[in-house]
Amino acid sequence: MIAIIDYGMGNLRSVSKALEKVGGKVEITADSERIRKAEAIVFPGVGAFSRAMSNLTDLNLLPVLSEVIQLKKYFLGICLGFQLLFTESEEGNCKGLNIIKGKVKRFNFPGLKVPHMGWNQAEFKTTKSLRAIAKQSDEVVARHEVPWQSQKSEGLPHLLCSLAMTPKFKILNGIPNNSYFYFVHSYYGEPEDKKVIAATTFYGLEFPSVICKENVFAVQFHPEKSQKIGLQLLKNFVKLVEKC
Amino acid sequence: MLAKRIIPCLDVKDKRVVKGIHFLNLRDAGNPVENATFYSQAGADEIVFLDITATIEKRKAILNIVAKTAEQVFIPLTVGGGIKNLEDIRMLLKSGADKVSINTSAVKNPELIRQASETFGSQCIVVAIDAKRIQNSSWQVYINSGRTPTNLDVIAWAKEVEKLGAGEILLTSMDRDGTKKGYDIPLLRIVSETVNIPVIASGGAGNPEHLYQAFAEGKADAVLAASIFHYGEFSLKETKEFLQKKGIEMRF
Repeated sequence: MIAIIDYGMGNLRSVSKALEKVGGKVEITADSERIRKAEAIVFPGVGAFSRAMSNLTDLNLLPVLSEVIQLKKYFLGICLGFQLLFTESEEGNCKGLNIIKGKVKRFNFPGLKVPHMGWNQAEFKTTKSLRAIAKQSDEVVARHEVPWQSQKSEGLPHLLCSLAMTPKFKILNGIPNNSYFYFVHSYYGEPEDKKVIAATTFYGLEFPSVICKENVFAVQFHPEKSQKIGLQLLKNFVKLVEKC
Repeated sequence: MLAKRIIPCLDVKDKRVVKGIHFLNLRDAGNPVENATFYSQAGADEIVFLDITATIEKRKAILNIVAKTAEQVFIPLTVGGGIKNLEDIRMLLKSGADKVSINTSAVKNPELIRQASETFGSQCIVVAIDAKRIQNSSWQVYINSGRTPTNLDVIAWAKEVEKLGAGEILLTSMDRDGTKKGYDIPLLRIVSETVNIPVIASGGAGNPEHLYQAFAEGKADAVLAASIFHYGEFSLKETKEFLQKKGIEMRF
């Protein structure tokens, strides 16, 4: 079962319907015991950062969230659920969950409308370590620039194969690079460790739109509102959960 | 790049679409869920339901429609019409709407915009403004589906709703609505350049060129369009291809 955390920050119905549509077994809950029992966690949310943190505190959900992440359960943060993973936010000068070291900042460029609302593209990144190893062979680089095709990489050295098949890329399986996703947010995350960035999006500046750190995935956009491409991402998540 | 959005609008009355798709082999052309599903698959970037049902009892029907649509349509859904208070908004969002559009109630009780955006987040509060030109570069706000004039100036009201926490403005030109002569470009441009939140153009679209003008000259972030798609004169796909060729960023 995938637990969708209900902490009073927005409508969770579309997230749950979208996960069900791609075969997920879901439960919307704010009960720590149910969350502990879940195989994976989806952490959605819209609204203000500080209010979200105070709701999580009031519902006593902070300990169980840290716990499931430490237990390496698959975890997917969506929109505000992406931002809450950071150390702190400019929105209300508030501390977050500190799972991703870094800061959440407000879009602040002359002439740029806020919120960033609508469909924008996610450009995939490859990791530096992968690039460094892949340098040995141009052919290998070429293949790894297209991470969603990583399953085609038979014949590569074992180490490369295992890197290419890490969940970081699996979450983007079957999704073409530069696909459009639906965004609505006024703040963006800036992680200290750039290696956690799996995809970026441009709006006044290049900001991370997909983050992967071990078992933790986070997306700034709304996959549940991003039609087929968004459903594909959720399907990838459900498949990862099924395999564990 | 952030794509410009095309948003088909469906008028819903007593569980049925009264202004909707007329050209397809839908099992039931009046079914709102089928209409929304069709547009979603055809490439719509969002869907708007405008509830024009008169009575309170029948308004419950829209909640059911929204819930069914949200099970099948995985793009943003906005619902407008007859929203009076926080409870109306709460029920719509709970049923699966992503945003609500408030018009008359926002004018009568501007605090509703603040309360709603604080409670549910600015991102889901769209303020709809019906604008009528009174002279060059001056427009008046109308309410009650365009029947009642107010003493509000459109530009001043747009600034005010932004300040109160609206996430987006749906701007309808009453002079152009239904004329198919194109959007009121000076109105659009001045509002879009005045506020720092997205503006959706509405009223007057007759062909894809009008949509182009709304984006290129009117600086709109999105366009609402009804009849140009409902009657099959233009498909969403060909409209998007036309706009893309003219340099407007589109999602395919």
